[in-house]
Amino acid sequence: MHGLPPYDLFLKQVSGFLGTYYLLLAVMNAVAAFLLWRGERQRELCRVPIVDFPVTPALVWLLVSGFFLLISPLAYSGDEQWMALISLPGSVRSGINWMMNPTAYTLGSLALVAAAFLARRFLVKPWVAWSMLNLSMLLMGMSMTDQNFANIVTKPDNVPIVGLIFLLGFFTWLATYQAVQNDDRAKQGLEPLEKLDSEKVLVWPDLVYTELICMVALTAVLLLWAIALQAPLEEPASAVKTPNPSKAPWYFLGLQEMLVYYDPWMAGVVLPSVIVAGLMAIPYIDFNKQGNGYYTIDQRKFAYIMFQFGFLVLWITLIVMGTFLRGPNWNFFGPFEYWDAHKVEALNNVDLSEYFWVTALQSSRPRAPEGSGELMKFGWALLREIPGIVLVIGYFAMVPPLLVVSSKFFQGLFIRMGFIRYMVLTNLLLMMMLLPIKMLARWTVNLKYFVALPEYLLNF
Amino acid sequence: MPTLGEIIRESQIWKSIFRHPAPVDRRNRIVVMLTNFFLHLHPVSIKKQGIALSFTWCMGGVTFFLFLVETVTGVLLMFYYRPTLEWAYNDILALRDVTSLGILREIHRWGAHAMVITVWLHMYRVFLTGSYKPPREFNWVVGVILLLLTLLMSFTGYLLPWDQLAIWAITVGSNMARATPFLGYEGPGNQLLTIDGIDMITNASDARFGLLGARFVGEETLNRFYVLHCVAIPLGVALLLAIHFWRVRKDGGISGPL
Repeated sequence: MHGLPPYDLFLKQVSGFLGTYYLLLAVMNAVAAFLLWRGERQRELCRVPIVDFPVTPALVWLLVSGFFLLISPLAYSGDEQWMALISLPGSVRSGINWMMNPTAYTLGSLALVAAAFLARRFLVKPWVAWSMLNLSMLLMGMSMTDQNFANIVTKPDNVPIVGLIFLLGFFTWLATYQAVQNDDRAKQGLEPLEKLDSEKVLVWPDLVYTELICMVALTAVLLLWAIALQAPLEEPASAVKTPNPSKAPWYFLGLQEMLVYYDPWMAGVVLPSVIVAGLMAIPYIDFNKQGNGYYTIDQRKFAYIMFQFGFLVLWITLIVMGTFLRGPNWNFFGPFEYWDAHKVEALNNVDLSEYFWVTALQSSRPRAPEGSGELMKFGWALLREIPGIVLVIGYFAMVPPLLVVSSKFFQGLFIRMGFIRYMVLTNLLLMMMLLPIKMLARWTVNLKYFVALPEYLLNF
Repeated sequence: MPTLGEIIRESQIWKSIFRHPAPVDRRNRIVVMLTNFFLHLHPVSIKKQGIALSFTWCMGGVTFFLFLVETVTGVLLMFYYRPTLEWAYNDILALRDVTSLGILREIHRWGAHAMVITVWLHMYRVFLTGSYKPPREFNWVVGVILLLLTLLMSFTGYLLPWDQLAIWAITVGSNMARATPFLGYEGPGNQLLTIDGIDMITNASDARFGLLGARFVGEETLNRFYVLHCVAIPLGVALLLAIHFWRVRKDGGISGPL
């Protein structure tokens, strides 16, 4: 079915990888248990009744390790029935496929990042983070027995993005862990942790040796990676055989995803330029003197939230979506869904001008009379698109002053930043918000363009 | 009897290269940082906090090391690979299947992916520690340009294997340039650049043409991207890296709480 290899053959292919994967997870947890056991203080969680045996964190992770050790041979067996035990049930997979669409995915990731931010004090606890890591690894392993999922994730060019997800997760945890500690210390009037280590050491040997070890380790990682995994190489180039889907390199897939909502001149040229310019502007519009040189969230909440929204929610999750969830014809596919090139999705998107003139005013869109000159045609086109034009100009010109009037926070920003810097900041933020706004408009009212001037190649 | 090591360290040749004794005591550990060309990038001493891996993640250093790995493997690959329609794909295929040390290509490819990721992580760390704040504003700007050049280096390199993945990724990516406002054949405002009824911006003169050297991804593009990938962009990166590192030192070393 579907042109995929038979399922039992596929299981034989992944079984070696999966068995080793679970074995590594067992080792990972065993090491954690060992380190905890070696540690000085042994925290007692509870006692086993009857035999009165203390349950410590080390014991818990040893049990987890044992669990992975048990399921590893199941994976190695490559047997359909055994492996069914360590797979996500078909009903769960089809449930996830059914739930997933661009709206649910994007709003879901936003909700996830927001929840992680709000619950950060709980999530940074090492045992919570370690449990989350174990759970996500287990979930990933249990998904790998799904042919469609495995096909997408193990495509050579997609492997780095799997790595990116886990690396970002780890480093976000690491940064938040330190930020929360520093914020707690600040509340007690203490200086940040980084300050405690301000005594000076000699670069030789302390830094030079660290660098050397890093280089050796990295070389080893690169060599192992290169031996274990062949770099992608497909069929020879052919100008007549267009692959479906045709995707840009993975780091540009966020931009390609924007093409769903904006025309190439916006998604491919203007918005990327604004991203670069906006990044460069950050040090000049962030006047907050606090949080320079140490991890903190509370002391620079606004900057932190804006950056995380732009980076994690808009940049990273769109790349992940473009890589794993966009299939033939750039249609959306659930993580366990077969990439069917014949999947048809209805596209009935409507321009704002049509909503305004036809739906709301019950008339027809203004059109230049037959035989009018170029200038007349231009005037009529502007009249036709007047609602969108007013909206866009109003968005950029009116929202910044309105924010000053209506919000104490933005009022403070305006006073401290001055007119020009305030306008730069707010317009950059408004530019960033263009994407989520268009997304929402598309999902709710099927809006195609705010301003549609196809005769001048200017659709917005 | 002097040992062999002592003989070597006392010889004129050794002393001409390393002008002081081995860095085993405090004085010589300071001197080595000042007299060694490769080490003089560093300060002599540094706050303990500035070398803590939990603080720096070592991502800037890792990115620089990956740049060096890419340079070395890239130069070696250049001895083998020919950027022509006839040979490009076959050379990569041979590197994969038959050539000794063909693994250089896998290292180069995976290293490039890794470099994009580590640049992002470096930027992420610098943001989260607020290290772009005064006096380091300008170095952040240099860093953003380096980020852009890293992406461009990766993008131009993507085409060189000349397989389906390559040309279609570049086609999709460069199609955007067609829509550049004013300068793109299908971009808004290009009609304004018309002289005496003759369009200045056509599909043989627009931004995309400038990028590809042709109206579609072909041999001219391969040559253009090859030169950009192997010479032009790395030179720019090397210059900016030098400025980036120099500014780290001049702006007060690695950031930390004041």
